[in-house]
Amino acid sequence: MNSATVSLKPEISASFDAEKIRADFPILKLKIDGKPLAYLDNAASSQMPQQVIDRLVRYQTTQHANINRAVHYLSEVATMEYHAARCKLQQFINAREDREVIFTSGTTDSINLVMHGYGRKFIKTGDEIILTTLEHHSNIVPWQMLANEKGARIRVVPVNDKGELEVDEYEKLFNERTKFVGLIHVSNALGTINPIKRMIDFAHQHGVPVLIDGAQAAPHIVIDVQALDCDFYAFSAHKLCGPTGVGILYGKAALLESMQPFKGGGDMIASVTFEETLYNTIPHKFEAGTPPIAAAIGFGAAIDYLTAIGIERIAAYELSLLNYATECLNDIPGLKIIGTAAEKTAVLSFTLDGIHPHDIGTILNQDGIAVRTGHHCAQPVMQRFNVPATSRASFAFYNKKTEVDALVAGIKNVQKVFL
Amino acid sequence: MHTNSLYQEVILDHNRKPRNYGKLDHANHQAVGHNPLCGDRLDITLQLENDQINDIAFQGESCAICKASASMMTAAVKGKSRLDAETLIHEFRELATGKLDTTHPHHLGRLTVFSGIRDLPTRVKCAILPWHTLHAALNSITSASTEANHDSAHAISSKS
Repeated sequence: MNSATVSLKPEISASFDAEKIRADFPILKLKIDGKPLAYLDNAASSQMPQQVIDRLVRYQTTQHANINRAVHYLSEVATMEYHAARCKLQQFINAREDREVIFTSGTTDSINLVMHGYGRKFIKTGDEIILTTLEHHSNIVPWQMLANEKGARIRVVPVNDKGELEVDEYEKLFNERTKFVGLIHVSNALGTINPIKRMIDFAHQHGVPVLIDGAQAAPHIVIDVQALDCDFYAFSAHKLCGPTGVGILYGKAALLESMQPFKGGGDMIASVTFEETLYNTIPHKFEAGTPPIAAAIGFGAAIDYLTAIGIERIAAYELSLLNYATECLNDIPGLKIIGTAAEKTAVLSFTLDGIHPHDIGTILNQDGIAVRTGHHCAQPVMQRFNVPATSRASFAFYNKKTEVDALVAGIKNVQKVFL
Repeated sequence: MHTNSLYQEVILDHNRKPRNYGKLDHANHQAVGHNPLCGDRLDITLQLENDQINDIAFQGESCAICKASASMMTAAVKGKSRLDAETLIHEFRELATGKLDTTHPHHLGRLTVFSGIRDLPTRVKCAILPWHTLHAALNSITSASTEANHDSAHAISSKS
């Protein structure tokens, strides 16, 4: 189902000029302890191109004011630019209407919004919520909080040894008590791309709404929420070359309208007296207080930047990097790749015999190589594969083959230290 | 910061061949230490008689820094009084967080190989975990953590 993989053509990745793209990212010129930075922690957060930095500077120097309030020039410009950013996001995910895009502080905030706005209103004692073993803690903990509060139950979809969801088992979990599905599009710990279209369709046959955690998917896969027919879709700007502190929740308009607000405050109201408050329409109902205006506008600029390159071209290039890196790492004795799904984004989680990931991370850092080590906020995944932690190299479209080579040399150096 | 100065032979040696590794059968004090950030876990068992540590052992899943720190710690405190052990715990914490003035007299000896950890804030907890856990064991607190919990651990220990 993954359009990114289907669209892979060798000539695309060959024509992809990583050096030209790298020139857009000032931070990639950094040296760490005298060594050129090899930033391979993109699944945690991506870097920001000059175009987005410039957009933030332009906003702060010529356009900033609070939005949706005053009648003065700056307020109108800021309001317009903030709305324009919402429309860019709407187009990016092919939402039907711009009001279906809610700015949040990020994926975690988006999921919490759904838990409070939808879950607390519609999920009752004895109901069941289906999650998967691959979920990030951000799509587990809110639902546990809800389950504890309501006396609801969480059911978990298992994964096979390659790190792929067992979709047949997922389908068996459904019964008349099933009221919600929370599903990660791409595993942050393993890179597995889940067959979400099939899983959404199955849930809908049972009348169950589905939330997709798209934090790891949106930077690498073309998202079409209408084609997917998901009920909610969440992701963060900072994994898409945008600023931290902003993300979106997409929700079908009718669902969003049926939900209760998450946070109360200014902007989310139509009128307030001490007797009662009439809530504003969507998306404003869910955007209480002054939103991250600058970050949202920067998010819009990041979307422009990525769209100009093309998510499909990005995905094809990253897949060529993943294939190269997988081949190189598989050649290292004592190295085991955790997560070998047929459909993957450019994430390589691995263990080295007898060497703890934290030691690997610290020694790689000495060579200027930035990887993530730990449980990746996905402890159930670690438990499934019986490891306390892994080292994870995650690639972006501005990474290059020589950085994979640096990683391989770095890993061999780690092994030498511990020989 | 040169990481090699941290991964010195003495640390690598204790990681390869940890001293006092295992579990004491006749322990009268024990504690479990957790580092929730990386999932590391350390068990410490010890035999305390007349305020003296007669025997001590550790086991668990951890990185080289944590394992070497635990190994060298058990070697350093075995046979020592509770008071001496608490002094070492204090001094080691100060060393790892860069607060110890090593030009002044201290009791750490070879444990100063861990001084480089102060430049790696994310790794300080790895080195300190065994010492937190020893402190918990000595004060009959059953579990210690590098996160939040150690404040409450202190609160409990002050009552005991």
